[in-house]
Amino acid sequence: MAVTGIIFSNIHDNNIPELTRLRTIASVPFGCRYRFIDFTLSNMVNANIFNIDVITQSNYQSLMDHLGSGKDWDLARHSGGIKILPPNIMAGDSARRTSSTTRLEALKSVYNSIVKIKDEYVVMSDCDVICNVNFKAIIEDHIKNKADITVAVKTMPLTDEQAAANVLFYSDENGRITDVHPYPKNFCGEADVSLNIVVMRTDYLLQMVQDAIAHDYNSMTRDFINRYKDTKNFRVYKYDGYFACVSSLADYFRCSMEQINDEYARKSLFDVPNRPVYTKVRNSTPTYYSDTSSVKNSMIADGCVIEGTVENSILFRGVKVGRNCTVKNCILMQDTITGENVFLNYVISDKNVIIRDGRMLSGCDAQPYYIEKGKMI
Amino acid sequence: MYKKKECVAMLLAGGQGSRLYTLTEQTAKPAVQFGGKYRIIDFPMSNCVNSGIYTVGVLTQYQPLVLNEYIGNGEPWDLDRVASGVRVLPPYQGSNGADWYKGTANAIYQNLNFIDRYDPDYVLVLSGDHIYKMDYSLMLKQHKETGADCTIAVLDVPLDQASRFGIMNTDEENRILEFEEKPPHPKSTKASMGIYIFNRALLTEYLIRDEADPNSSKDFGKNVIPAMLNDGRRMFAYAFEGYWKDVGTIGSLWEANMDLLGSDPAFRLHDPEWRIYFRNNAEPPHLIGDFARVTNSLITEGCEIQGVVENCVLSSGVKVARGAYVKDSVIMSGVTIGEGATVNYSIIDSDTEIGAGSVIGRTKSTPENIALVGSGLSIAPGTDIPGGAMVNAKYLAEKAHK
Repeated sequence: MAVTGIIFSNIHDNNIPELTRLRTIASVPFGCRYRFIDFTLSNMVNANIFNIDVITQSNYQSLMDHLGSGKDWDLARHSGGIKILPPNIMAGDSARRTSSTTRLEALKSVYNSIVKIKDEYVVMSDCDVICNVNFKAIIEDHIKNKADITVAVKTMPLTDEQAAANVLFYSDENGRITDVHPYPKNFCGEADVSLNIVVMRTDYLLQMVQDAIAHDYNSMTRDFINRYKDTKNFRVYKYDGYFACVSSLADYFRCSMEQINDEYARKSLFDVPNRPVYTKVRNSTPTYYSDTSSVKNSMIADGCVIEGTVENSILFRGVKVGRNCTVKNCILMQDTITGENVFLNYVISDKNVIIRDGRMLSGCDAQPYYIEKGKMI
Repeated sequence: MYKKKECVAMLLAGGQGSRLYTLTEQTAKPAVQFGGKYRIIDFPMSNCVNSGIYTVGVLTQYQPLVLNEYIGNGEPWDLDRVASGVRVLPPYQGSNGADWYKGTANAIYQNLNFIDRYDPDYVLVLSGDHIYKMDYSLMLKQHKETGADCTIAVLDVPLDQASRFGIMNTDEENRILEFEEKPPHPKSTKASMGIYIFNRALLTEYLIRDEADPNSSKDFGKNVIPAMLNDGRRMFAYAFEGYWKDVGTIGSLWEANMDLLGSDPAFRLHDPEWRIYFRNNAEPPHLIGDFARVTNSLITEGCEIQGVVENCVLSSGVKVARGAYVKDSVIMSGVTIGEGATVNYSIIDSDTEIGAGSVIGRTKSTPENIALVGSGLSIAPGTDIPGGAMVNAKYLAEKAHK
């Protein structure tokens, strides 16, 4: 079973505009030392998928910096490995013409690469899919049921805000898709949410993209799944493990905090036998806890120096918490530095933020206070 | 195919390190874990790369599996290179028969063919059992400026400790006049660090001569260096200033780990100018629980701390259960410390399980009285291991028998 992975690195950028102003959704930092794309990449590598195309479109410097040659995921290979597909802007194209907002448009823009895929199947995934899922099982389910398209879904309760940011699938008792509601308004309750992981045969994908180019289709759900659901075998794969659905900054905060407050969430992401999560190696030193430190219920990366009080917080690599500081319910990203006598509560600081002596900053549960990258406060 | 290199480093990593007892039962000394994320060999390897030396031969002999696996293709140190990089050099069988490495000089002698490929002007000889950060390029610069045949790095040690080292007696210009191995009445405090730079042609000549001498023990310190001195070769001492520690004993290994602690540590790992590289595992971030108390300690990825940790160095994946009390200790990767267990002044090797309520080591102990628990053991709940004990499977069997 030869499978190529296709990763969309920009889809859903708009869900967390604060964090994606300077980066793709793929390179949003998560869980102390990871980026969103690490989960998708690791899921693929752990399923022996070693030919991976990453389709990018804008803001992709941070993504390229993160991926490098791909060696941290075992994807620096002579045969296959990781391939970054930036937009193919031809002379005379305006930027507007080449920008895509849906997965189908992204696929159309890399048609030349799709033609070259030799593997029999493709698995396509977005990046805001924070879960440790067995891709092999999805692909095997797809093959066993002779499906044309298989979409992974999870049954979960949704707020109206979450529903409006997700695609909901309805299926019959055999798992055949009966209806699709992309980004419904005024929906609240339990539904099958798309994990944005899709499996199909490569020739089916090629045919679909050719069809889309010929008819100027631009939505996989509207123009294919909805249109052909009665004649084609489109199926759902019901995943029942942990899935962090991040559709807003508040969601991002909640899902991050689940990692410290919910053992199930943590174990099902990071403690799955034979399915480790890989990320870029930074050669950080171990974290130092000084005599004056007091740390409770927190998840902390390497390379930090902690001299103050930290509670219910997530600290990324290279964070420094100074003396007499109190950091509560915070997410401090890479290389955030606090001075002395700082008080932070419900704060999300982006990379390289400096918080000077004596500052007191606070957000709240539903609205964490966000400090953008590189800012000094 | 091979490009000429100015300097090739030869890293002696074949020693058994028998004074580390059970730590080196299954592992060569250079592969012993250090400082939470590192192994001893990371220090000389990172020093080489940071000094611009990208051709490194690692001479292995004793229990090489973990060491070979760890070095791999050299990728963590950026030594996976096209025309150079790291090469593991084990003893081998030749047309004249097979030979183990009989001594440090013989080990290099047997690999002169490796050195010749790169046609270097200088050969840097290093040991794989020291913890330090050193810019070898400065030593090489002095070597060239003085027109030396051989330069030996020396460290100024306190006079009362000098008789534990090989001592260099030099003139004002640092030229070595005399070398004394562990002198009872040292005349100088310049201790050899076991780091040598040789002119390659001369090194080759002396190694061939030493090999032919049936009375030689084929050792740099005992034979090659004295022979060169006797012949009046230009030999200079290179004075190194900074932290350097031979971690050849349980006590010194423990001390070197403790030297990493404190807000102004004796040896600073966090140094953006001189990074120490290591092979990384895919472990999640560490978690400090609701009932944990962690002070003056180094904690690394994969750890889960629910108990009390004070003045400790913890490697990856260590689990400290609620109510456990771990103090002044070095805990290597994958160790589990059960509920209510107490660990003091101890080194616990990887993947060992300390049962609930066990007492390992003693409080307010000394480096000479460290309790050592070997790897992969399961210490039954309630076991008492006194300070200075060397625990391996045999120890546990005998204890159970009693």
